[in-house]
Amino acid sequence: MELTREEESALKGEQGETMQTAYRILVATGEATDAEKLVPIEWAHLSGVNYNTIGDAGEEFLSSISKDARVRVKTSLNPMGFDIDNVSNYNLDDNFISKQLSIKQSYETMGVIPSFSCIPYEIFDIPKEGTQVSFAESNAAIHANSFDNLKTNKESAFSALASALTGKSPYSSLRKETSPKLTIRMKIDNPNELTYGMLGFFAGKVGDESVNISGIGQMDRRSCKSLCGGMGTSGTCAKFNFDEDDSESEKVDFDESEMNKVYDELNTCEKGDLITLGSPQLGLEEISDLAIRLKGRSFKKRCMIFCPRTVKEQATKLGHTNKLEQAGCEILSDCCTCLTPLIKKEEVDGVTTNSIKGAYYLKNSNGVDVNLKSLSEIIEDETK
Amino acid sequence: MKKILVKGKVKGTILKSQNPINFLGTVDKKTGIINDEHHDLFKKSVKDTILVFPNGVGSSVGAYTIYSIKSNNSAPIAMICKKVDLTVATGCALANIPLVTITEEEFSSLENGKKILLDTESSNPITFLE
Repeated sequence: MELTREEESALKGEQGETMQTAYRILVATGEATDAEKLVPIEWAHLSGVNYNTIGDAGEEFLSSISKDARVRVKTSLNPMGFDIDNVSNYNLDDNFISKQLSIKQSYETMGVIPSFSCIPYEIFDIPKEGTQVSFAESNAAIHANSFDNLKTNKESAFSALASALTGKSPYSSLRKETSPKLTIRMKIDNPNELTYGMLGFFAGKVGDESVNISGIGQMDRRSCKSLCGGMGTSGTCAKFNFDEDDSESEKVDFDESEMNKVYDELNTCEKGDLITLGSPQLGLEEISDLAIRLKGRSFKKRCMIFCPRTVKEQATKLGHTNKLEQAGCEILSDCCTCLTPLIKKEEVDGVTTNSIKGAYYLKNSNGVDVNLKSLSEIIEDETK
Repeated sequence: MKKILVKGKVKGTILKSQNPINFLGTVDKKTGIINDEHHDLFKKSVKDTILVFPNGVGSSVGAYTIYSIKSNNSAPIAMICKKVDLTVATGCALANIPLVTITEEEFSSLENGKKILLDTESSNPITFLE
């Protein structure tokens, strides 16, 4: 990799230990991704916020570097482990709460916007077409590259943090114009958001860096998010194209048989004790839609809804949170289904969700069984 | 040898997987044990091994998992992949775990349980010890 004189100096430690660490990460990342140089970025989105995921090592690391590290570009942040407004309702131990608050403090000290959201593309203004950003959250990176006309690597927690601290990122192939080598032919009729999540999960498994999908119709925002969340969970792929002209690429079909394989891998029980909606977190559009669909109905069991704080505030002003709470929903901001400490296998056997990403992590990280259903089926079966 | 991502010199026993590894969620941060029943290393620990696997997958937060298992003394002493991904590269860079990528042929030649010397500075980086 070619570095400027200033970048070399930082790598040698002449600008302090924090910058040296940051540049070492960028260089390792750049070598890994065949980048020939570093390029300026305008926005970083960091993962590695939930104490459940980063643990004591992460908490100590952040606490240490936050003493002198400061972000150089606009930097937003993934969800943490709980909603700070109602943390006392969830029986979390004091150690978890204090470590999580320490992580929150470290990021704020470094100058990060405390957005606690995995859907930065929905709660911030999108910069102009082609802008270079560094998004660590996998669904957000895929969404940025595929639907928002932005350019990002599928960053790791560390490379995004290094980008935030330096304002630089490796110029790797996802930032360049390249064509996917593989086309997935969508063969499922009348897909819903769960189908798109399974398609994404399949795409992540078979695709490499980017993948083309043909035969897909108009997708609503819920389906786009589900597709991105599914793909980010299963692979290293970080960009979709939607070209019908797939003459140049290898083809693979996503048909009933492939869909059933994904379903059988992730659906491990027929009934959940509670329902979760939001992984990725729900945006205002989905909250509004849900409030309308739940009119006159109420959930027969617990239903946890995860959304960003800013979305909850807007939804409250519009009267939606009130309606959702009347329908029996618990609305949580700052956190997400994915890797939540709020669902424990000692208390819950199974969870019903329409999220492929949520399903994967509930099963593998929380150790609870998952019952997959689309939102329409959830409303049909689980409300009265 | 295709690339040297993190330099180092270690001697150890290969733990090989044919499946990609999602460090977040499937590797226990304290013990280094793989807890995904669909994985071919299910119930095995990566601790003190030279971990040979095709590539990392899944959420980027997995980089912190690599840093965590290193802090808990349950990390591999080196990692060897066919294809490198950002999660594994940065996790190894920060945790200072030697990481290299190798060709398909080299990958086939590395058998589970074999002892090797990995020295990224050497002209012949992988030496079989038995």
